[in-house]
Amino acid sequence: MSLSTVRPATAAASPESLAQKAMFIRLETVRLSRIAGAGHYSAVFSAAELLAALYYSELRVDPRNPRDPGRDRFVLSKGHAAIGLYPVLADLGFFEPALLDDYTRLGSAFGDHPDMKKIPGIDFSSGSLGHGLSVGFGMAMAGRMSGADYRTWVMLGDGELAEGQIWEAAMSAGHYGLGRLRAVVDVNQLGIDGFTKDVMTVEPIAARFESFGWETRRIDGHDLPGILAAFASLPDADRGRPQCIIADTVKGRGVRRMELSPDWHVGNLVGADYDDVVAELSAGLSDGGTPR
Amino acid sequence: MSEWQDQSEIFNGTADTALKDARSADGNDRRGTTAFVFGDELADIADRDPRVAVLTADLARSNRAVDFQGRHPERFVNVGIAEKNMITAAAGMASCGYVPFAATFASFAALLGCEQIRTDCAYPRMPVRVVGHHSGMSMGFYGTSHHSLEDLGIMRTIADLTVVCATDENHLRAVLRASMDHPGAMYIRLGRGRDPEVYPTVPEIVFGRSIRLREGSDLTILATGSTVRPALDAAALLADDGYSTRVVDMFTVSPLDKDEVVASAAATGAVLTVEEHNVTNGLGTAVAETLFEAGVSGSRFKRLGVPDEHVILGPPAALYAHYQLDATGIATQAKELMR
Repeated sequence: MSLSTVRPATAAASPESLAQKAMFIRLETVRLSRIAGAGHYSAVFSAAELLAALYYSELRVDPRNPRDPGRDRFVLSKGHAAIGLYPVLADLGFFEPALLDDYTRLGSAFGDHPDMKKIPGIDFSSGSLGHGLSVGFGMAMAGRMSGADYRTWVMLGDGELAEGQIWEAAMSAGHYGLGRLRAVVDVNQLGIDGFTKDVMTVEPIAARFESFGWETRRIDGHDLPGILAAFASLPDADRGRPQCIIADTVKGRGVRRMELSPDWHVGNLVGADYDDVVAELSAGLSDGGTPR
Repeated sequence: MSEWQDQSEIFNGTADTALKDARSADGNDRRGTTAFVFGDELADIADRDPRVAVLTADLARSNRAVDFQGRHPERFVNVGIAEKNMITAAAGMASCGYVPFAATFASFAALLGCEQIRTDCAYPRMPVRVVGHHSGMSMGFYGTSHHSLEDLGIMRTIADLTVVCATDENHLRAVLRASMDHPGAMYIRLGRGRDPEVYPTVPEIVFGRSIRLREGSDLTILATGSTVRPALDAAALLADDGYSTRVVDMFTVSPLDKDEVVASAAATGAVLTVEEHNVTNGLGTAVAETLFEAGVSGSRFKRLGVPDEHVILGPPAALYAHYQLDATGIATQAKELMR
């Protein structure tokens, strides 16, 4: 298994251009949700800047060769944010954007949770929370075994950290010292039943990962220069500590009525509400993403 | 070997090693001991196939993955006592080109890891081979927590999952070799590593196709895994009583060899299924579904397995006799069916 290194799909992008991509992710999420009649808006809105920074600046992937064995791996463990990932993959050229017009319709490849067997660019199917870090652990172990230099990225939600399997995976990645495994936790503060801190305490996230042998960074997950700086600061060696970026975000960020609202985990915008939200998103983030 | 030693070796492997060495010195080459060959056979395959990797969850001595570890340490992963992580990690490795074998007690593989097998292995059709060893009630007096009398029922309900029972040492070798180029995920069910010989040489196998081991005209016994040898012995006992018994190794439980099931019922008029599993939803149920849907009428039919109860305590051999899963019990049940 000899592996080549894939270069980034897009050369390092500016924070300004990435902010435009984050806006695109939010607007597409609203559009696709209308096709389905319901959507996970707010869990995408919290991760929009993170997804934009990953796919338009950091990940070494090639849309023309989505199965390249040397590519970086990305596992969306919080699979319900797939509605925000599909437009990115389409935009990068992994598949025809028009395919998204049938989102969730009978026989479509594109459902609420991503299917790696149907969608180019999806490195692993997800949906059942708590699995993704184990998938990433396996991918990173495979990279070590085959002598590859790809990095494995796993995006987790904060509520998901209540799943025990996350900590099985964290323990094993720390034990084996997988230096090219990187977790990004979208700490958007809410689950379905309310604030994570009320439903099940997952803090202190950094101390917990560090105690399992991980390196951590804590950042504002809506601050693009900060995100890029954190990515750039990560070591890139097979042997070492795995790394966890803890990104403080606001669930529903970008639409005031959705921000930190437990009523919008899944929702459906209709009529004037839809137009209002599109207008609000099109204006961009007003305050640079300071959590409220 | 006393039953006590027989049971302690499940965990500590020291008796395994002693017996293995003793048998090797006898020139008997560890015959009839599936667990002993698991690691060695995979190491042999790995010598020529770079895709093989082995994972276990703190049971490398029990399942002899330690033999693989010794020869291919760079492709061996022990995740500690974390079965869910093991199975999902195997799926992640499979997505990167490996054919990982993830081995632990069947009770933990199939019951604790059920959702990981369904969602991470079968659904994305990853070539993961989940190996559940010490299946059924072969862990004897360790009790219900360590028994897997439900695994076949659970596993055969999962789409895109091939469910196979290894019969003996040579059959296990055949299963492991054939699995390398089998598409999608597999659940491979092993006995306790002390499985008496059925196949004197490594058989040619095709997943989904059963193996007819004995011809007969009065009755067909369809068996799988640990019950194949006693089924053959029961057929010999029945022959003494004048009954002619066909015996078929239904080693692939899903997809089932429906043609052989229907043909056997038509040819012999009586079918007895035998499995070390709850009678609910295992091989017997799969055969019943097949016969009924095929419109095979007038055939006498019985499922022999563990009744729908949590089994009583005891060493395995005593349990097999108690539940009539030994040769004598199978013969008794067969005669009742044909009466």
